[in-house]
Amino acid sequence: MTGLDRAVRRIGFTGVSLAILALGIAAAAVGDFAVTASHPGPELLRMLHGLLTPDLRAVNLWALVDTLAFAVLGVGLGCASGFVLALGFPHLAAIRALCAGLRSVHELFWALLLMQVLGLGPATGVLAIALPYAGIFAKVFAEMIEEADRPALRVLPPGTGAVSAFFYAGLPDLIDQFGHYTLYRLECGLRSTLVLGFIGLPTVGFELDAAFKAGAFPQAAALLFSFYALVASRHVWARPWTVPFLVVGAALVLPAGLPGGDAWQNLVRFATRDVVPAPLRGADLLSGAPWAAAFGWLGDILRHQVLPGALATLVLSQVALCTMAALALALFPLVSRRFAGPVGRPLGRALLVVVRSTPDYLLAYVLLQALGPSMLPAVIALALHNGAVLAYLLGRQADALAYRADAPRGANLYFYETLPRLYGQFLAYALYRWDVILRESAIFGILGVATLGFYVDGAIAELRLDVAAVLVLATAALSLGVDALSRALRRALRVEPGARRRGGATSPPHLELASGRQGMTYDGT
Amino acid sequence: MTGTAIRIDAAEIGYPGRTVLRDLALTIAPGERVAVMGRSGSGKTTLLDLVYARAAGRAALVPQQAALVRRLSVFHNVHMARLDRHSTLFNLKTLVRPGRREVAAVRAVLDEVGLAPEIFRPAGDLSGGQQQRVSVARALHDGRPILVGDEPVSALDPVQGSAVLARLAARHETLVLALHDPALALAHATRVLVLDRGRIVLDAPARSLAPADVAAAYGAAEPGASGHDPRP
Repeated sequence: MTGLDRAVRRIGFTGVSLAILALGIAAAAVGDFAVTASHPGPELLRMLHGLLTPDLRAVNLWALVDTLAFAVLGVGLGCASGFVLALGFPHLAAIRALCAGLRSVHELFWALLLMQVLGLGPATGVLAIALPYAGIFAKVFAEMIEEADRPALRVLPPGTGAVSAFFYAGLPDLIDQFGHYTLYRLECGLRSTLVLGFIGLPTVGFELDAAFKAGAFPQAAALLFSFYALVASRHVWARPWTVPFLVVGAALVLPAGLPGGDAWQNLVRFATRDVVPAPLRGADLLSGAPWAAAFGWLGDILRHQVLPGALATLVLSQVALCTMAALALALFPLVSRRFAGPVGRPLGRALLVVVRSTPDYLLAYVLLQALGPSMLPAVIALALHNGAVLAYLLGRQADALAYRADAPRGANLYFYETLPRLYGQFLAYALYRWDVILRESAIFGILGVATLGFYVDGAIAELRLDVAAVLVLATAALSLGVDALSRALRRALRVEPGARRRGGATSPPHLELASGRQGMTYDGT
Repeated sequence: MTGTAIRIDAAEIGYPGRTVLRDLALTIAPGERVAVMGRSGSGKTTLLDLVYARAAGRAALVPQQAALVRRLSVFHNVHMARLDRHSTLFNLKTLVRPGRREVAAVRAVLDEVGLAPEIFRPAGDLSGGQQQRVSVARALHDGRPILVGDEPVSALDPVQGSAVLARLAARHETLVLALHDPALALAHATRVLVLDRGRIVLDAPARSLAPADVAAAYGAAEPGASGHDPRP
């Protein structure tokens, strides 16, 4: 037992919650959460009006098709490579490290970096999704394989090759789970693709960006609604037998999928020049002077960009984490049978599905235009999106609780039965969500909040890719650090998210997701 | 009849903190048909696992649960017994598109347990008794000289069970089976072992026993206290 375990167990659920809340309040006091727009009211009203009068004729159908194509190819490639990586995941620490690295860099950062090599083409969009998703798929698939009960492995004749054994006795009973999870990931892929549009890829996000900038809110609303329709109809068009058609269709829609002839030269230039720290470029590496300069250069970046960016990222994510938690606790009764009743529950569920289908990046973008630049729009966006995800899951858990026949009702039920019994799960889910929020907080810098993404965006705009690389690495390290802390806390508290199975073991959330019709993400947006 | 005997000689066998079998000295000669009997928890499965491990690649296994891959067809579940005799590439090809020769061989085995019509149905769709027969067919298809079976006919009626045991006896030189039906055991085994609390309390040729002797041994609380040792 480590010192952390002992300390955490002494303060318990309450202590950990209060510590996180205290940090959140401190962060709220430090951060800038003002409404800076001089007249946010009229702008919000015009947006609302646009939302009520969508201009469906303005929807560019090709943008929808491209969005789907990017998501299908990106998620498909990520799934295939993730599957291969998953086979080596338990055996090779190098593969686990590679996957953690791939996962810890947000798809927007991948896109910004890939753009330097592949240009603003389809390959950039596909790879920006495929790379981080490969890391996620590898981890999740590996966990599914490890969790699976495979009695048939025992009866295989001795001397059966590992590959034959896996394909006969392992994979067939896992394939449904893999399939469900992959199709669910496609939904996340659609959201990621939309966000990539904001940096120039020809998806719905690109059109949305243009519409918002022009103040054409009815057009933006129509685009948004058609995106919802695409996500909501996933169960119709994303089925096992439609997959070949989707993949072939997507490859045909994005014909320029192969990068141009100079991609190789770009890659060489990128690797040997652009990301090499400026003081070392072309310098005589055998003498000491360039190295001293490089240390100075690195120190400057750490002091003036990484440190303030990381602080802002932590402040934003801490406030967002607390707000999300409060929102989830307030909202989950909406989707719980005991509280919302047979009429209220479907309505609550519809509300939460719409909120979680809206990418938080888009929410932040819209609110930033209405409320002006500060951390407030980002917090609202993060709390709404993640709070809806969390509330939805907690509602399902609440319905799975067995109440005694004479259980109280209403607030008494909530505070005396439901909340105490659900609290461990709630903490587990919230902690699980923590590094997702952190990665998103960093990304919101691109929108102008001074988190790490702000500095990455600036460095790329100035074509200082060496600086950008240091900042992206710092973001990845921060994300891995929070992930490790979250895992340590969950272990110390002995809570894991997921449905309690017979025998007291819990299933990891992705297994629960893969089994449910309405899945949700834990690893990405 | 050229196989070597299986010898087990151990003072204590079990898991950390829990001893399952004690004072075990057992030799199983090639050609013997051993029925292992005893109440649940008496150590039968542990003994069979031990026999299977000692047989080191010369045994086919029918585990307690049928241990089928539910998504795969009955054909593939039975074909699995011969994965070690083909290249990986051939196995993968057979997974997608079985060859005519393999199908014919598996169909012949399934015919012996009355499941030939179900050859291409997913194993998960079958009833419990049918699944158990698929598990037996897999062992038959395997064809190794020793068969280790943990209650291989528990889900079958006595007539079916008897027929399946006869098939196993015809195919495999040596049988080591956990059984719970004394009549079935005495009809098919040449030797009966009864376990109680991890000790062998009865070890006798089947023809010297009546069902009542076996039942009495079940009731033996302490080894040596039985007083029903029927050895001549």
